[in-house]
Amino acid sequence: MYPSRFDYVVPESVSEAVSLLSEHGDEAKVLAGGQSLIPLLKLRFASPSVLVDVNRIAELEGMSQQDGYLRIGALVRHKECERSDLLKGRYGVLGTAAPQISDPLVRNLGTVCGSVAHADPQGDWGSALLAAGARVVAQGPSGTREIPLAELFVGPFTTTLEPTEVITEVRVPDPGASAGGAYLKLERKIGDFATAAVAVQLELNGGTISRAGIALTGVGATNLRAEKAEAALAGAAPGDEAFAEAARLAAGEAEPINDHRGTVEYKRNVVRVFVERGLRAAAASASAA
Amino acid sequence: MSKTTLSAAPPATRQITVQVNGEARSAEVEPRLLLVHFLRQTLGLTGTHVGCDTTSCGACTVLLDGVPVKSCTVLAVQADGREVKTVEGLMSGGALHPIQQAFHEQHGLQCGYCTPGMMLTSVALLAENPDPSEEEIRWAISGQICRCTGYQNIVKAVQQAGAALREGS
Repeated sequence: MYPSRFDYVVPESVSEAVSLLSEHGDEAKVLAGGQSLIPLLKLRFASPSVLVDVNRIAELEGMSQQDGYLRIGALVRHKECERSDLLKGRYGVLGTAAPQISDPLVRNLGTVCGSVAHADPQGDWGSALLAAGARVVAQGPSGTREIPLAELFVGPFTTTLEPTEVITEVRVPDPGASAGGAYLKLERKIGDFATAAVAVQLELNGGTISRAGIALTGVGATNLRAEKAEAALAGAAPGDEAFAEAARLAAGEAEPINDHRGTVEYKRNVVRVFVERGLRAAAASASAA
Repeated sequence: MSKTTLSAAPPATRQITVQVNGEARSAEVEPRLLLVHFLRQTLGLTGTHVGCDTTSCGACTVLLDGVPVKSCTVLAVQADGREVKTVEGLMSGGALHPIQQAFHEQHGLQCGYCTPGMMLTSVALLAENPDPSEEEIRWAISGQICRCTGYQNIVKAVQQAGAALREGS
């Protein structure tokens, strides 16, 4: 399969990339890891007239702990996340999601920010980052803005990003030392999308949960926050009873469809079981910190 | 987004130079040319296979700056100025690479379609982890499909090559 013809430009700075996007508008697409975009081009689901390859923009590299948040630059590959000590412990929802994304070869090239920009409801990062309360930083012709993940996704493969904007990094707020998380995914085989997956983050303060983040993959038109389940846990004491109730609520908030990966009932049940397991794992990790 | 134009104008091309198996190879290519087609059609290196063409099977795996990638999902222009290693680059001085010798001795292939990609991923794994466990080997090749061997003999071949490389170094 061959993509349609396009022009190819390789900017060396974010401002140059933004100028190119401004010049070409929605005829342009940003190329980072290419592991979602190139298949789309080959299937001709997308036929941009210009590809803006951001892979040589040094300022988009790197992952680092900043004051109050973790920065994941737009060129950070899944593989880097899989191996990073930064994503253990309090950022465990991200660290456990990374090795479950697609397969090792795709992880060598694919990027966190590209996955988020692609907004596939089956994408794993969307849920992990929603549970972590992350924001993306987008740069456009009129400057830079931060967009909470929950406000980024509007539908399958659709975001609130302007065609002239490029995601430069993801910022994950530091949840503090007494936090833990987990990503649980059911897939038929390595490289398949999730039948259903669940991202959980718990932040503890003394004996109670100060914040719970729960998000669901593959059971809705976007990565979904299970807001009722989150609200039920906030202020509660961690424990089996609270976790079982939150899991029940999250299963009700899922919006799965019947397809070749399973029935609605099956997927809801997977969500329920995984939320409960994830909460137990997150609490154990948070308490161990 | 979609725009179809029928035009007689020649397509725009770019000059690229890629270090392929240690040799600088230059060509004028269309930006839409996939790396696997650059290797197979432009350079005639047909050891890299096209399998599923949808980023699933890993038959087209090559090393890009030493890292295994699916060359059906990389543009040739993205490899400009970088190093690519294909199965043709494994032999040296007329001798099989230890991974090739091991695939031969352990019967790590039947039809051979996945073999170039399997060997390149294994070379990258062993460069990083000279003595991988069976689980680590299976994890490393989990993005590649073999329909003949059940993977068992591939795992044995990687173990043998690891031992040979450790002895040789």
